[in-house]
Amino acid sequence: MSEARNILEVEGLCVSYGKVEALHSAGIKVGQGQIVTVIGPNGAGKTTMLSSIMGVLPHTRGVIRFQGLEVGDAEVEQRVALGINLVPESRALFGEMSVEDNLLLGAFMRHRLGHRDHEQTMDEVFQIFPRLKERRAQHAGTLSGGERQMLAVARALMAKPALLMLDEPSLGLAPLIVREIFRVISDLKRTGVSILLVEQNARAALQVADYGYVLETGEIALEGASDQLIDDPKVVESYLGLGGRR
Amino acid sequence: MRPRLLLAGFLGLLLIAPRVVSEFHVTLLNYIGLYAIVALGLVLLTGVGGLTSFGQAAFVGLGAYTTAYLSTAQNLPGWCVALGGSPWIGLLAGIVVTTLVAFVLGLLTLRLSGHYLPLGTIAWGISLYFLFGNLEFLGGHTGMSGIPALSLLGFELRESRSFYYVIWAVVLVAVWLTQNLLDSREGRAIRALKGGVVMAEAMGVDTARSKVAVFLIAALFASVSGWLYAHLQRFVNPTPFGLHIGIEYLFMAVVGGSAHVWGALVGAGVITILKQWLQDWLPRLLGASGNFEMIVFGVMMIFVLQRARDGLWPILTRFVPRRAAKRELPHGALLPKKAAPEFGEVLLEAKNVFKRFGGLVANNNMSLTVRAGEVMALIGPNGAGKSTMFNCVSGVDSATEGEVLFRGEVVSALNSREIARLGMSRTFQHVRLLPTMTVLENVAIGGHLRGSKGVLPAMLHLERGEEASLLAEAARQIVRVGLRDSMFELAGSLALGQQRTLEIARALCADPCLLLLDEPAAGLRYLEKEALAELLRKLRGEGMGILLVEHDMDFVMGLADRVVVMEFGEKIAEGLPEEVQCDPAVVEAYLGGVD
Amino acid sequence: MDLQIALLLGQDGITNGAIYALLSLALVLVFTVTRVIFIPQGEFVAFGALTLASFQAGKTPGTLWLLIGAGVAVALVDITLALRSGVFRRIPGIVGWNLAYPALASAIVFLLKPSEFPLLAQIVLALALVVPLGPMLYRLAFQPLAEASVLVLLIVAVAVHLALVGLGLLFFGAEGSRTPAFSDASFDLGLVNVNGQTLWVVGASLLLIVVLGVFFERTIYGKALRATAMNRTGARLMGISTVMAGKLSFLLAALIGAFSGILIAPITTIYYDTGFLIGLKGFVGAIVGGLASYPIAAAGAILVGLLEAFSSFWASAFKEVIVFTLIIPVLVWRSLTTRHVEEDE
Repeated sequence: MSEARNILEVEGLCVSYGKVEALHSAGIKVGQGQIVTVIGPNGAGKTTMLSSIMGVLPHTRGVIRFQGLEVGDAEVEQRVALGINLVPESRALFGEMSVEDNLLLGAFMRHRLGHRDHEQTMDEVFQIFPRLKERRAQHAGTLSGGERQMLAVARALMAKPALLMLDEPSLGLAPLIVREIFRVISDLKRTGVSILLVEQNARAALQVADYGYVLETGEIALEGASDQLIDDPKVVESYLGLGGRR
Repeated sequence: MRPRLLLAGFLGLLLIAPRVVSEFHVTLLNYIGLYAIVALGLVLLTGVGGLTSFGQAAFVGLGAYTTAYLSTAQNLPGWCVALGGSPWIGLLAGIVVTTLVAFVLGLLTLRLSGHYLPLGTIAWGISLYFLFGNLEFLGGHTGMSGIPALSLLGFELRESRSFYYVIWAVVLVAVWLTQNLLDSREGRAIRALKGGVVMAEAMGVDTARSKVAVFLIAALFASVSGWLYAHLQRFVNPTPFGLHIGIEYLFMAVVGGSAHVWGALVGAGVITILKQWLQDWLPRLLGASGNFEMIVFGVMMIFVLQRARDGLWPILTRFVPRRAAKRELPHGALLPKKAAPEFGEVLLEAKNVFKRFGGLVANNNMSLTVRAGEVMALIGPNGAGKSTMFNCVSGVDSATEGEVLFRGEVVSALNSREIARLGMSRTFQHVRLLPTMTVLENVAIGGHLRGSKGVLPAMLHLERGEEASLLAEAARQIVRVGLRDSMFELAGSLALGQQRTLEIARALCADPCLLLLDEPAAGLRYLEKEALAELLRKLRGEGMGILLVEHDMDFVMGLADRVVVMEFGEKIAEGLPEEVQCDPAVVEAYLGGVD
Repeated sequence: MDLQIALLLGQDGITNGAIYALLSLALVLVFTVTRVIFIPQGEFVAFGALTLASFQAGKTPGTLWLLIGAGVAVALVDITLALRSGVFRRIPGIVGWNLAYPALASAIVFLLKPSEFPLLAQIVLALALVVPLGPMLYRLAFQPLAEASVLVLLIVAVAVHLALVGLGLLFFGAEGSRTPAFSDASFDLGLVNVNGQTLWVVGASLLLIVVLGVFFERTIYGKALRATAMNRTGARLMGISTVMAGKLSFLLAALIGAFSGILIAPITTIYYDTGFLIGLKGFVGAIVGGLASYPIAAAGAILVGLLEAFSSFWASAFKEVIVFTLIIPVLVWRSLTTRHVEEDE
């Protein structure tokens, strides 16, 4: 029953924007408790893949199975209720609300489902991100770039997700903060959450991940254990466009 | 030939209708005609131009009240006594008054963006209505009677059967004028107002002027309809010029098909007949009197917008075979060209450009040059500030500090329209074209600055020579980029690669010496990229300067002569593609890394 | 004009302004959450007032039929969808809200005698009939178009307004109604005599504003609505459904509208179509606030009330002309101060 140990299975996923197909039959698997990364150059279709797994974008073909259950037709809200959570590239914070309110809304679905444990969850989240506790009364819009990214991840954790999807968490951040973010990501693994990480910063992503996929122009070009991928020259080629000249 | 036959049949029916149908039905047809004129203006304004107005009834009122006042007033103030009496003077005066009022309202409300404009029309629709009802000299809420009948060539048009021909002649002339306008250089600019303002401005279209133009035309159509109404009814009061009637006009346009000229006639017909019928039946059915047709109209409108947002006309035309579009290559005199720069001449020079957004520095001391006959690539990872730089160069945005020179002239302070005029032409990262227009028409927008004939000659089709030259030029550019087979297809039906090529043809149609291409390879398949690179090489060979913003390294490396790499808003490397590729800073920027 | 008249006009202006302020808040709420410019707001004002008046006159208010009709329509649409997608567990909820609730309301109206109820109970019953129409309208008219442009939504809003005005005429007839004042008391405050209803209107408006403030600042559903207004995608990712947010904002708008109608019914005669102009004046306030800021919208609305009161003194025939012409410079100022980004098709 190797299937049962995969929390997420995506098979033959195709997504189109109008006439343009951005994802052609892509397939990935995320094992229970693993960190899996999808890397690839800009415009390869990484964000499209996450959006479609979350249900924000409809897919034209393919299967999305979460904990063995086909969720391809479910609404975003239903997927949240099942335990899938996405931190989008834009962060999508509620800028004119306090850090605390942002976190509270992270637990909105749990509240609807009858769980009233958000205070305890918030304490746990504050332990991971002590900086946010200091800034709990501040508006999210006034935070620095790194803090915003922390808040976005923290808010997603408030939902106690089984699968956390992170879209380019390092985007636009200074190197020092990027390091901090990746430290948090590898720490999160210990809490038992499975993580699907989409990154352009390939080296950092592969350092924290167990397994990696390289997405290139909407197709999985390469996959493998991350310690193997990190030394694979083909990864460098796909990023720097050396492929065409060999 | 079928559609032409249908048109002939329709005209024939119009011609004999008053001879065969009852007085009542002639009156109904008269009203349909009057409403169709207003709805036609709304098709132009709303369906084509994308500007929504709920206030057209007020313009109808302006036309009606102006002629009513001038033709009935006993003691006009001295200076306008000469204007009294004749309906024809009333028509002229109505046109003048409407133009003035619409121009002022247009200046005020057309600046309003998005949904503020229709809210503004609601406001002045109500204001003008209450004004009609409260001004003593316009008869207040009781209105004015005793308006003289229209006389034409010595005949007094006292009966609705004779008036019928006047109304429908005006309808047909209005249809003719509108269709002529849409099929012209100015018409393409107007059609670009809906969803293509940024693109049109970049092609040199003064979109503010186009907006005022359609607004005035729509107001004048409404005003003429009001003039006809006043002399048909020979009585006016404020009721038919209120906001609810304004809403009804908009419904006519939307139900008929607001993007289609004939949709206005269908909409006016359907709503008018339905209203008549509902006003007969509903009070009997409901056992009370009142305007209950409003309920049906409201529900119908919701249904139309939910289920058939394009209205009835496209549904009707589905049953008629399409007239085969003209497929022959357009011919016309050659348009004058600007003098081409020497090979290797420096075209674009950005010197120490800084761009700050609040505390964020998006461009930090950026410099680059582009020469005639070379491809210069600006690359860098996501969020590096490439697009900001591109916008500073193309006049969409202006740099906080630093200078941008184009052919030796400082262009930092110019807007995108003025920059386009100098010979810099661009494409867009997210393709911006008008999907319901043909490839030929889309490309012809690029040549906007190379024509000069205005709205009036276009409406009367007095600009055919210039139009033929523009279309011929557009066709030449289409052939040049290799889209000849798709010239008469709708732009929206093309594959993405072809759409990107179309954008290049459109940019070429402006006769530029520098092309700015914003991620032209994004989303293209391998073969499409190859074809695009081939095209760009060909243009470079002809002496064109090309500035390419790209993130697709494969594409850039095979094509560019020189590369500038950006990260965090700064230039981190510059040189030949091979040099840049091996630069450790570039590798770091692209692959990232934590130590 | 002497000081006494000025104070009297000021009192009038503030009374009306308070109502416009309430309405402007509802308009801002609905717009920020759903992007619908809620033109039919005024019909809720009229329906609230006229339903209460019907109870007092011992008549069955037509809004009951509307509630039943809208409920049946929503139930038909939703049950069809539920059957088609095989989600049967939704059906009891659909039936409960859209069929059982109107049935219960009819039972109360027909079996008990609302005309003999105390005023407070009549008010609650009137609200119970009118307010659910808000979410039902959202379901029928706007939810299928949730992704459409603001302009399409605006045309739909105008169409809904037209249909509701027609229904108002059908249900309540062309005659106007006025309800008895909540209190006959009046107070002498030096120069000016303040009547009790004015205090009721201003007090109740303030109270409602405070209650709404608490709802938005302190409750998770209130925060969820604000979150949807700030960042729709972000809110969806938290599991806040757009449909729920839309229905909730329409519910609040209907509540505010109907309640405003009940407050002013003792001061002004309300006709089936009175609501429209009242709603539009709330609009002028909302637009002053850029359809985004609650406090500026409320301040703008009170300004409209005062302007209206004073212009009715100086040029009463041109009162409406003045108020609605004012909106144009306000709109121009608004459009010049907000950066316009072309809406992508």
